[in-house]
Amino acid sequence: MLAYTLRRLWQFVPTLAGVVLLVFFLFNWVGGDPAYLLAGKIPNPETIANIRKQLGVDEPYAVQLWIFVKQVLSGDFGVSWSTNERVSEIFASRLGPSLTVLVPLLAISTLLGMAAAMLVAYVRGSLTDRAVMVACTVGQSISILVYILVFQYLLAYQLGWFPVQGWGVTFIDNLLRYAVLAIIVGVAVSLAPDIRLYRTFFLDEINQDYVRTARAKGLSERRVMWVHVLRNAAIPIVTNVLLQLPGLLAGAFLIERFFGIPGIGREVILAVERSDFPIIKAVTVYVAVATMVINLLADLLYKAIDPRVVLK
Amino acid sequence: MRQAGVWGLAWKRFRRDRLGFTSLIVVLFYAALVLAAAAGWLARDWNTEAGVSFAPPSFLGPEAADSPQLAKAAEGAQPVADYGIPDPLAADLAEIAKSMTGGAAGQSRAPTLPLGGDKWGRDVLKKVVKGTETSLVVGLAAAVLATFLGTVFGALAGFRGGAVDDFFNWLYSVFTAIPYLLLVLAVAAVIGQKGVLTVILILGLTGWTGIFRLVRAEYLKHKVREYVLAADAIGASPARRMFVHILPNVSHVVLVQLSLHVVLFIKSEVILTFLGFGVGVDTVSWGSMLAEAGSELLLGKWWQLTVATVAMALLVTAFSLFTDAMRDALDPRLK
Repeated sequence: MLAYTLRRLWQFVPTLAGVVLLVFFLFNWVGGDPAYLLAGKIPNPETIANIRKQLGVDEPYAVQLWIFVKQVLSGDFGVSWSTNERVSEIFASRLGPSLTVLVPLLAISTLLGMAAAMLVAYVRGSLTDRAVMVACTVGQSISILVYILVFQYLLAYQLGWFPVQGWGVTFIDNLLRYAVLAIIVGVAVSLAPDIRLYRTFFLDEINQDYVRTARAKGLSERRVMWVHVLRNAAIPIVTNVLLQLPGLLAGAFLIERFFGIPGIGREVILAVERSDFPIIKAVTVYVAVATMVINLLADLLYKAIDPRVVLK
Repeated sequence: MRQAGVWGLAWKRFRRDRLGFTSLIVVLFYAALVLAAAAGWLARDWNTEAGVSFAPPSFLGPEAADSPQLAKAAEGAQPVADYGIPDPLAADLAEIAKSMTGGAAGQSRAPTLPLGGDKWGRDVLKKVVKGTETSLVVGLAAAVLATFLGTVFGALAGFRGGAVDDFFNWLYSVFTAIPYLLLVLAVAAVIGQKGVLTVILILGLTGWTGIFRLVRAEYLKHKVREYVLAADAIGASPARRMFVHILPNVSHVVLVQLSLHVVLFIKSEVILTFLGFGVGVDTVSWGSMLAEAGSELLLGKWWQLTVATVAMALLVTAFSLFTDAMRDALDPRLK
């Protein structure tokens, strides 16, 4: 286990180096000279030269790459080009709102998805099963944008049950007032793919020998499903939820943007709109590291809850 | 008697799947629509301002649009079914509209349009036909590009092994370390250019990883099979073994992945365009229609949102069901 963990950690090095190279290639090479973006509409050569010096883009590529590597290693990505805020401070202050929405969202959608998936897997092949599967396919076909627009219009604008958007000061106020509609939309969007995926996990378990054994020794259907099958199917489900987390952190940007939640996702969108490269670079590197760490944790957790798993 | 080939057998199995077959017909209908739009037979004048601003759909009549009850009642109805029914008041209303504008504008603007109009009075029906063309072309072209890259990389990595395999695995780990949408946004941020071709490149160049993993696994499995060893023995070159001998045997995996990625990229294009990093302002796509629909909805103009949503949901559902049916037909062991 320790040897495996160390080997995996060692493998982070080339991957992280690749991410750094990719980000550098994109932003310092493909992205072109950012000085023209920042200097405004009518740049004079002096301003351009000043900005280039300030950003360090007048240096050769090798020096720029070295500066970027130092930034990655020290975790200090400098200041935002548009607001002059420190990038590390932007993250520290945006993580809270993101998690306030994401943690309840993941918890609720996982529990609901598991319950629904177990139900349709239990009646597999029936009309209910097929109807739910087709409904899930249709539900997945509708763009997340439509869910956001329609839910916001109906529940917040027309019915006035929730604030249309905004963010408060206290955690309780945010969780119970401002985050609710965002969480509802998030659950509605993720339910269909979750049910489809978890149903296959349950189906894998339902056909196993131990289920037949449990039934043969006279256990109630309820006990077979809720204790035996659920515990085994929960293993891939927990792993799956864990693996979704880093993608969601940056991927919930549409929800954060529409509901005015000052989280990391909204920050990414703002940064892309303003060509605020330091923020996008930092997010990409941070999220890549988070993804690698969480992948490792998921594998270790898998091993911990299922002793049959052999880590290679 | 001639034996049916693998594709013939798959087609036989596919035809028995009624849901899958119906989906194929829907997909083919969309394909015909796109071809007609691309050839200029349909919706060529989508950009002309044919109606008044926010012209309501014809089946509502000009004034009814302001009444929310009627709007709600009509929302459940299939818009396409109502298309073509003549409005009994149309002639009178057109005259009234003409007299109200003074009739001096040269050409009169229609008070209603078949499926309503947008802010500038452009016909939503024509926009959705043209938008279908854009979205489907982007999805297909990006999927072809991603599938091509994934297949070539996967074939090289799986077949060659060694350093080549290590290199592509490293590339794979780098691309998958960054969440897909974040990667797409980062690339969009640096390119900073709009347009159909840009979107295709962004999606295609970032979306090959899933296909790579599957194709590589297939090549690892196939390269030690007897038919490949036999091909080696008779002197077939590595490239020939890879692409002439093995590729047809893994083509079902590639085909299913291509189909899955069309759906994925259509959805991604909608989000990219909505955020303003997608197709340009002179092009209409489902994403740009939804982007306009957000503010329209607050004014109670629901038709553009509904039409774009129905058009997209119908195609994506049909395409997904068709992909499922195709996978079952091509790999009967799965069922």
